[in-house]
Amino acid sequence: MLARREMTDYIIRVENLVKRFGELVAVDDISFNVVRGEIFGFLGPNGAGKTTTINILCTLSKPTSGRATIDGLDVVRQQSQVRRSIGLVFQDPSLDERLSGLQNLRFHALVYSVPASVREQRIEQLLRMVELWDKRNSQVRTYSGGMKRRLELARGLLHHPKVLFLDEPTLGLDPQTRNRMWEYILELQQREETTIFLTTHYMDEAEKADRIAIIDYGKLVAIDTPEGLKKIVGKDIISVKTDDNDRAAEEIRLRYQIEARRDGDELIFEVANGEEFLPTFIKEFGTKILSVSLHRPSLDDAFLKLTGREIRQEEVSDEFKAMVRQHGRRMRR
Amino acid sequence: MNHLRGVYTIWYRDILRFWHDKMRMIGSITFPLLFLFVFGSGLSARMGVLGPGIDFTQFIFPGIIGMTVLMSSFMAGVSVVWDREFGFLKEVLVAPISRASVAVGKTLGAATVALLQGMLILLFAPLIGISLSAWTVLALVPLMLLLAASLGSLGILLATRIRSMEAFQAVMQMLMFPMVFLSGAFFPLEGLPAWMNILVKINPATYGIAPIRQVILGTAPGASYSINLLGHTMSLWDNIIVLAAFGIIMVVLAMWSFGNQE
Repeated sequence: MLARREMTDYIIRVENLVKRFGELVAVDDISFNVVRGEIFGFLGPNGAGKTTTINILCTLSKPTSGRATIDGLDVVRQQSQVRRSIGLVFQDPSLDERLSGLQNLRFHALVYSVPASVREQRIEQLLRMVELWDKRNSQVRTYSGGMKRRLELARGLLHHPKVLFLDEPTLGLDPQTRNRMWEYILELQQREETTIFLTTHYMDEAEKADRIAIIDYGKLVAIDTPEGLKKIVGKDIISVKTDDNDRAAEEIRLRYQIEARRDGDELIFEVANGEEFLPTFIKEFGTKILSVSLHRPSLDDAFLKLTGREIRQEEVSDEFKAMVRQHGRRMRR
Repeated sequence: MNHLRGVYTIWYRDILRFWHDKMRMIGSITFPLLFLFVFGSGLSARMGVLGPGIDFTQFIFPGIIGMTVLMSSFMAGVSVVWDREFGFLKEVLVAPISRASVAVGKTLGAATVALLQGMLILLFAPLIGISLSAWTVLALVPLMLLLAASLGSLGILLATRIRSMEAFQAVMQMLMFPMVFLSGAFFPLEGLPAWMNILVKINPATYGIAPIRQVILGTAPGASYSINLLGHTMSLWDNIIVLAAFGIIMVVLAMWSFGNQE
């Protein structure tokens, strides 16, 4: 027991996971671990294997080979127990629109055997947290998109899961609702020590993760903290505009031994620590500065460098897809 | 225990939904009632007597009950396709209850709703001159449930394999109306053309409607509504056994098929 304490406490273990659909290898031999209590970001372009991996971890799909455990339970052989230990918020709604918010939660509580003694109290607490208590008796089809997602979040938490899977939890929500969602999620993660497994296309959301794995073409291309991933890209970038760029470039070369390159009417150069560099640079610089800006490598840059694709393009097409799905639902070709 | 809870929860949700949707209840019995009163009244005089003291309206009454139960339960599959379309099926599939218990819960939910609708039609018996004893009504309950569970699980079995709403509805129409029309609900099964005779005899609904009629109208030997299968006149229990055998196969297939969905 003591020996185990000293080792890192992993709640999710994935070993050599492979999923094939005929010729297509959707998940190609990936292995990673998720630490108990952390927020784990799982990013990748569309079709990279994110959803397939999540479906395997949630017991909705069986791996071709390899193995995965959640809290020591095998996702293939101990399905029922795994299902009891996880909560899910899917990117597509999965509520019964004809039942009220309250009835949806009661259904969930019954199915997950939440003890009757705490059921009603817990439901009330969660509905208040996501600010749906006043609407509890209205049918879900009268809810807005944001309200539905909040109800799903409340439902995902109802049985106190050890791991909460959030698959694009805020896709298509307005910024205000997104912020509220995140307040709930972070509050919960701290209070209940719930592990959160997150996929998202929003880089500001990914920043909240303790560690991020990036998957591309079914393979794991990186796994690190957000800061660590940014370091892959390189140094901070400074763009400066002066009244005499030739003189400025010369001065930068002499003073800092850095070769600045010209981009339109700006000079661009890289430094290791931009935030500390800038104040002294502005104070000491001899040529007159018209404007200056600092660009720190973002997760976007890291994502672009690792996958060769911009995540934002994906986001747009994803929202478009969601829109088409919504509108096309009742009138497919 | 775990299985029972799953069955109960799924059943309970179906009942709750049905309760929310009372218009559906009224809508679902309008069609059978139209059949009963319009067809019955219109044709009764011309058809004459179809059994000892039984006119046409009285003859089709058990058939109408069977049709109501059959159509209502068979459509249970729609709710599975619907749940898939609207995402709720995912919540069910990822829940810690066995898939088999979901299939059973769905079947029982459909059977309960169908039974309620069948009972509503029964209320009209006095209007067409059929008197039912409490005993008769009690005997009809398990018969309606058996018919509903058998056809309900067939609907659910189909729903696990057919993904789109449009295709599912097309298949439903293709199966449901032949099943109703070729079941002996509206005419005696005697002296039929050979091709029709074969279709009637392989139609499971035939064995669901016959016992309902036998209970409501009595089992006088040689009555024009008894079924003759391979030279053997089917008794009440013979019919029940055939239907139950079909029902058990369907429930098992539905349970198996539900468990195999991804």
